[in-house]
Amino acid sequence: MESYLTYQHYWWFVISLLCGILVFLLFVQGGQTLIYRLSGGDKDRKTLLINVLGHKWELTFTTLVTFGGAFFASFPLFYSTSFGGAFYVWMAILFFFVIQAVAYEYRSKPSNLLGARVYESFLVLNGFFGTILLGTALGTLFTGAEFTVSRDNIASLSGSNVISQWQSPWRGLEAVLDYRNVALGLAVFFLSRTLAIHYFYATVNSNKIIAKSRRPLIVSTVLFLVFFLVFFGGVMLGGGYETNHATGRIWYVAHKHFHNFVELGWLGAGFLLGLVMVLVGLFMGLDRCKNTIWVSGPGVVVTVTALMLCAGFNNTAYYPSLSDMNSSLTVSNSSSSLFTLKTMTYVSYLIPLVVAYIAFVWYLMTKKRESVDDLDDAPEKY
Amino acid sequence: MTIFTITDLVDWSRAQFALTAMYHWLFVPLTLGLGFICAFMETIYYRRGFDPEWRRTVRFWMRLFAVNFAIGVATGLILEFEFGTNWSNYSYFVGDIFGAPLAIEGILAFFMESTFVAVMFFGWNRVSPRMHLASTWLTAIGANLSALWILVANAWMQYPAGMRFNIETARNEMVDFLEVALSPVAMSKFAHTVTSGFLLASLFVVAISAWFLLKKRQEAFAIRSMKVAAVFGLVSAVFTAWTGDTSGVHVARYQPAKLAAMEALYEGRNGTPLTVVGLLNTDKKHDNDAPIFDFEVKIDKMLSLLAFHDLDAFVPGFNDLIYGNAEHGIMPVSEKMERGRKALEQVTLYSNAMREGDTGELARIKRLFDIDTPEGEAFYNDYFRYFGYGFLKSEDEIVPPIGLVFYSFRVMVGLGVWFVVLFAACLVMLKKGTLVRRRWALWLMLLSLPLPYVAGQAGWIVSEVGRQPWTVQDMLPAMASVSELSYEAVRTTFFIFAVLFTMLLVAEIMIMVRQVKNGPEAIKD
Repeated sequence: MESYLTYQHYWWFVISLLCGILVFLLFVQGGQTLIYRLSGGDKDRKTLLINVLGHKWELTFTTLVTFGGAFFASFPLFYSTSFGGAFYVWMAILFFFVIQAVAYEYRSKPSNLLGARVYESFLVLNGFFGTILLGTALGTLFTGAEFTVSRDNIASLSGSNVISQWQSPWRGLEAVLDYRNVALGLAVFFLSRTLAIHYFYATVNSNKIIAKSRRPLIVSTVLFLVFFLVFFGGVMLGGGYETNHATGRIWYVAHKHFHNFVELGWLGAGFLLGLVMVLVGLFMGLDRCKNTIWVSGPGVVVTVTALMLCAGFNNTAYYPSLSDMNSSLTVSNSSSSLFTLKTMTYVSYLIPLVVAYIAFVWYLMTKKRESVDDLDDAPEKY
Repeated sequence: MTIFTITDLVDWSRAQFALTAMYHWLFVPLTLGLGFICAFMETIYYRRGFDPEWRRTVRFWMRLFAVNFAIGVATGLILEFEFGTNWSNYSYFVGDIFGAPLAIEGILAFFMESTFVAVMFFGWNRVSPRMHLASTWLTAIGANLSALWILVANAWMQYPAGMRFNIETARNEMVDFLEVALSPVAMSKFAHTVTSGFLLASLFVVAISAWFLLKKRQEAFAIRSMKVAAVFGLVSAVFTAWTGDTSGVHVARYQPAKLAAMEALYEGRNGTPLTVVGLLNTDKKHDNDAPIFDFEVKIDKMLSLLAFHDLDAFVPGFNDLIYGNAEHGIMPVSEKMERGRKALEQVTLYSNAMREGDTGELARIKRLFDIDTPEGEAFYNDYFRYFGYGFLKSEDEIVPPIGLVFYSFRVMVGLGVWFVVLFAACLVMLKKGTLVRRRWALWLMLLSLPLPYVAGQAGWIVSEVGRQPWTVQDMLPAMASVSELSYEAVRTTFFIFAVLFTMLLVAEIMIMVRQVKNGPEAIKD
């Protein structure tokens, strides 16, 4: 049992890390919402911005796919409950990511049916809604959702066979009724814009773009901090569910997430470390330091990973049910079998190799900051 | 919440998944094959001392690869998440097994593909030629590795292996990863599917090259491209046919109802003939005596030979499968339904015992589901193996849409034969140097461009429609796999994505056509 629980926690850690990397990589989405603002209407500068973002869109996309796949494999009950329940939210997220995938490739191609402006608007829409919806959906890992779980439904010969049943007719859209979810969605949105500007400092060689980024950087930084504090404060002051992994019993605990940070000192320290890195990055960004992204980016990964660990570690129900407390999902009652977790753990040992080649390619492709002139000489561009 | 009727919901969920899968398969096979064709061409470019003509050639095809790549990725994203959104019960019931290949696909294949594809497109002047070549190969390998894992997952649904039912969690759990990953069905499915993608991409290159030859433009480029593609295409077409035969043997063994649908076979017999072509009588049902065909051409004993490699082997028809055939040890579906319900009842009894804390009852039922105990083995053989039948409401639910499967199978096989002939003829004419003169042959190659797409779609229809009603063969039917949604919700999103995908498909075709018209001369060094 202890060993099984260790694997369950390990896989919650992998999910948390993937989530942290995903939120960092959402700078691509944030950058998409800034292409008009930072280019100031200049076509070449806009193309430059789209190209430096376009070299990374597939990484964000792949991380999202892997995040979903890893959740499916390691916590299938969450996958079936949340995806099958919050149907409209996930379908909306998928829609806004699909339109992004083609927009980069099709935008500048002749005979592209819809025209460049429409594909650019796809990028902007993905930037706004992709981030806000994902952030809002992630918020429900702390604030809960309206569902029930009954495994014996599978064998029902008379009623519904469905194990996870959503109790709200709004199919996930009701998440906006909790201000903390909305605050997290907006925090992720403004964070993605902030990170995008940090990324531009490292990859774009254009004084005009950098000059135009000052004001949106300040606005995005401040609004990110405000909305993050609203979310964080709301979650720390609110309650959560605790479980006994051995018996499966679940009960309410006031300030549960706050207790998690205090009781798991290393987690609290990790969260603070990430937060400090983010704050240092934010200040470096205000000084237009070109290495800012290498401080704020890892800071975001560490902070989000710590927040996600806070949602699932220390016997916490990571997906609280607002309809039936005992239906809440924990790492122990929603995971795959020990055999499957072990098998996937062997595969996960390859993750450092994957990270290494991604970092190597990232370095190769961005070691020189790009200018409008470089783009003119490039054999291929978006 | 009001559920309209379960049938409508199941059908709309099927339609939504089919829509996504069919669009996905319009783009993916080209990615699978064209990636390797680009890698072959770039290798030639590299080994021939950076010949600028080969560089232009590979960059031209890479551009078309790029246009196609993004939309394949996009439709793949939706496909993965639709397991959760539309088939949530399925996701829980078999997620322990099915999810693992998807996660491995993400970690091992998607990142490789998405990381190196950026170098492949944009790295020409940023990385060394050797690094660029390696990136092109890694992109092609990554794309095909991702196909491996999703096809392992799909094959598992057709031939569930390497798992056991856990009564405590009320789901199936993996017990042998290698049995899942290396099952014979998975291997033949992977080989058959990816080689059909290679074939499609080869014909794509051959057809477009034929257009250049017809237009008398870029002839050296076209001949160069054709040589690579025709060799790859012929090898792939032969391999696709061979692996198709292996897949057919697996279908006969593990999915007899699918084979019966492929052949519109109602009455089983020894030495069963193969219907080469036929026109189905639409009035024919399994419970009437109407003739099956209005017109047919058969080869005696051929189906027995192909399916079981034995001229006199017995191939069951729908009447054998539905009503049973004692002589050949086939149990009637009604009996399987009864036994399946008894297995389901034990799951309910276990839940009741859990609630009541009845430890004796819990222990008894646990033993039944432990295949290592004598009573567990007996329960498995007598009852649990029919678990999925317990969900069925009537015995004829095991009959998939026969007409669709029957005609799709013939379209796929017929076109497969045509592709072998086409590639072989192309190679012969290339070798003799007569191809450029034979405009009829060039026209045939050009007009064949849509055909591998048709064959690919037909193949998936045979595979997926043919296994209905099962999402997991004999274990879980679609009606017990679906999420609890209103059918209106599924219908609405179906149309939203149908419009979006169609629009993007039209855009892709228009962009491709324009890129082809611009030709390799538009490539900037």
